[in-house]
Amino acid sequence: MFDYATLKLIWWLLVGVLLIGFAIMDGHDMGVGVLLQVIGKDDTERRVMINTIAPHWDGNQVWFITAGGAVFAAWPFVYATAFSGLYWALLLVLFALFFRPVGFEYRSKLPDPTWRKSWDWGLFAGSAVPALVFGVAFGNLFLGVPFRLDDTMRSFYSGSFWALLNPFALLFGVVSLSLLTLQGATFLSHRTEGDLQARAKKAAQILAIVLLAAFSLGGLCVSRIDGYVIQSIGDIGGSLNPLMKEVGRAPGAWFANYAKYPVLWLIPALAYLGGIIVLVTIRAGLTLLAFVGSSLACVSVILTAGVALFPFVLPSSEMPKASLTAWDATSSHVTLNVMLWVALIFTPIVVAYTGWAYRVMAGKVTRDFIVKNDKTVY
Amino acid sequence: MIDSTVVDLSRLQFAATAMYHFIFVPLTLGLSWILVIMESVYVMTGKPIYKEMTQFWGKLFGINFALGVTTGITMEFQFGTNWAYYSHYVGDIFGAPLAIEGLMAFFLESTMFGLFFFGWNRLSKRGHLAVTTLMALGTNLSAVLILIANAWMQDPVGSAFNPITMRMELTNFAALVLNPVAQSKFVHTVASGYVTGSLFVLGISAWYLLKDSHVEFARRSFRIAAAFGIAGTLSVIVLGDESGYAVSESQKSKLAAIEAMWETEPAPAGFNIVAWPNEEKQANDWEIKVPFMLGLIATRSTSQVLPGIHEIRAKNKERIASGVQAIIALEDMRKNPADKAAQEKFKKHEADMGYGLLVKRHVDDVRQATPEVIAKAAMDSVPKVAPLFWSFRIMVGLGFLMLGLFVAAIWLSIYNTHRQHPLLMKAFLWSIPAPWIAIMCGWLVAEYGRQPWTVFGMLPTHLSASSLSPASLWGSIAGFMAFYTLLLIVEMYLMFKYARLGPTAVQSNHA
Repeated sequence: MFDYATLKLIWWLLVGVLLIGFAIMDGHDMGVGVLLQVIGKDDTERRVMINTIAPHWDGNQVWFITAGGAVFAAWPFVYATAFSGLYWALLLVLFALFFRPVGFEYRSKLPDPTWRKSWDWGLFAGSAVPALVFGVAFGNLFLGVPFRLDDTMRSFYSGSFWALLNPFALLFGVVSLSLLTLQGATFLSHRTEGDLQARAKKAAQILAIVLLAAFSLGGLCVSRIDGYVIQSIGDIGGSLNPLMKEVGRAPGAWFANYAKYPVLWLIPALAYLGGIIVLVTIRAGLTLLAFVGSSLACVSVILTAGVALFPFVLPSSEMPKASLTAWDATSSHVTLNVMLWVALIFTPIVVAYTGWAYRVMAGKVTRDFIVKNDKTVY
Repeated sequence: MIDSTVVDLSRLQFAATAMYHFIFVPLTLGLSWILVIMESVYVMTGKPIYKEMTQFWGKLFGINFALGVTTGITMEFQFGTNWAYYSHYVGDIFGAPLAIEGLMAFFLESTMFGLFFFGWNRLSKRGHLAVTTLMALGTNLSAVLILIANAWMQDPVGSAFNPITMRMELTNFAALVLNPVAQSKFVHTVASGYVTGSLFVLGISAWYLLKDSHVEFARRSFRIAAAFGIAGTLSVIVLGDESGYAVSESQKSKLAAIEAMWETEPAPAGFNIVAWPNEEKQANDWEIKVPFMLGLIATRSTSQVLPGIHEIRAKNKERIASGVQAIIALEDMRKNPADKAAQEKFKKHEADMGYGLLVKRHVDDVRQATPEVIAKAAMDSVPKVAPLFWSFRIMVGLGFLMLGLFVAAIWLSIYNTHRQHPLLMKAFLWSIPAPWIAIMCGWLVAEYGRQPWTVFGMLPTHLSASSLSPASLWGSIAGFMAFYTLLLIVEMYLMFKYARLGPTAVQSNHA
């Protein structure tokens, strides 16, 4: 059994892995949903797009569900405080997500154009809204979220939903929306052909540039605000509750980890590399490599933000000492240990059969295929 | 003081969204195995009609599955959004099976779900059957894990209070997973899903036979459904009995309320077949009682006494008074961690702390808990009798009705006399909703019967909710109602449309 402090750190990483898994896997499905009506010019083209992800969207969505479950198991304080505090933001995401399973499954069950058009909008909302809100949520983490804890650890949120939609956070929304849409664009470039593929490639180029611009601007904005610093905390190798520390705010504090370990600058550098890989390879027709490039961007953009915040997970602007961190918002030693083993055993299995499923379904989806299998495909 | 409107609305929202989710879950549980059976016959015999059956029932399975997934998303997050204090207080234990469910079950069923539909021409026959089987396994595994989580709420084991983090923490993972309540609950619940799936296939097949369309297809589907259904129904009944036995061990208040047993009777207690429970009088207006039967069923002994509601309340009153002392000691310990007297007092009363929390419904400061307040808290420590009494009886009655239906279906199938019994065939069709009604009643017994607790004896429901405003809750309830109603209409429309189309709906797939 690992010591408690190490397990806390490992779980910070594992939650990161799940978020990254979500961005890479569910991200490309959401990207397809966002682009559906932008680059899909007629019903058959849109069906081609949907059918590139048809066998996989459900499995990929489980990254999101499992990330939720893992936060519950590993960071119950965060699960409780963030989701109840950001009530309307989360419900907005849930309501939007409702459109996806039914959209995919029901859209082609009736030929009526209005029916199909309605589901196209549903799929767009179910993809774009979550992709945007996740970034907005991250942006608000940097600003701090207004909540407090009482001495029984009950949390009270005093902000409003609308306050979350500030320009600073919306910029992060642009980052996440362009990131996930880019992921969809490179995926479509790889799995389609002809005009549709050409449009997907063009979209990927534009999105890569938007992403890198928004990412740079986001970094600049973060450097201008006060970050949070732990001034004192109890023994991180033991049981802690969030109120057992002192937290202050300081300018540039969100860059403290980078200043302390300059090697970490490689992480944001990889985000640029990912974007550049997309721009270079997509012209050369190396579409699989382009998908790898956008996936690399997913990994490094999320890690860049995570490392900047570390060890903070949910900083409180109203009561800074109640901020939730990787040291004091976690589960018990026993639970973290059990769940580590579960994750170590099952994650490789999941990755293996997901990979197998992609191999079984490999190859381009064509207009011809849709027309021939009209009744059985999405 | 916690706003009781918020608690009531949170309960309403959770109950509504959970029950709505559970419209789709049982059909998924049952149909997935029926698909495995049909496809196995196809692989073994090579007869294309069984492939057609797998694909057609698979189509209906898919329509249902989509809404199961949709409404399941809500369930994974709703503990956090609406039950934040619950999530904090027991997340260390309860979160684990939920996360494991995602990793172990949801990934499996969802990945295989895609291959089930799109892998027909890309996988070998056996390969595809393996996919279908793994999909069924995934759906059933998810039921195992969620019922482990639910069983822990019914009978919390393997955990201890940590005064630093102010919550319950896991001490014994094996005890959580191997909780006997979970095992009987699991079989009872998945088997109720098998019954749902079977009656669904049976009813629709009976309708085709009545209309004389797709006869070969329908006759074969009918036979598989009848066989699987009778096995399912018997499991539900046997394991329902086992669940009842487990309840009599862990939750005497639930059992007493189900049975409208106000006074403790000498063992073995009699069983009220029908009665008219009167909450105001705290007694039954009238009852028809079979002597000895309840004692024999619930305790499997002739000497063990089952306490009545009045006795349970009297005992709870003592535990509440003791629990109040635990909370006072805990508060003293927080002020001065070195306070030895408080530590000892806490140790002495710790087991009753959950009961002490019951007074917080009436006073903020437990030190203000007068004997009157404690008496009030003891009064709410047993759920209302009538809803439990009646929903339990509806559930059991429908269970036996369905057993009769499946016996008849087997009979018709063996002697091939579908045509001679059109009334019976109509009864199959019109009984399709019966398992759902029984299941909803069953969940009401399980969850309402646990009140006033979210985690029995540990955390009262009124402390569990998030600190939200009633306006937020009204808003979200309205949102859920609107979305879910719309989605249900769409789903039912497609379900009826494709059920009417019958196997022709998948016939382009023959190539």
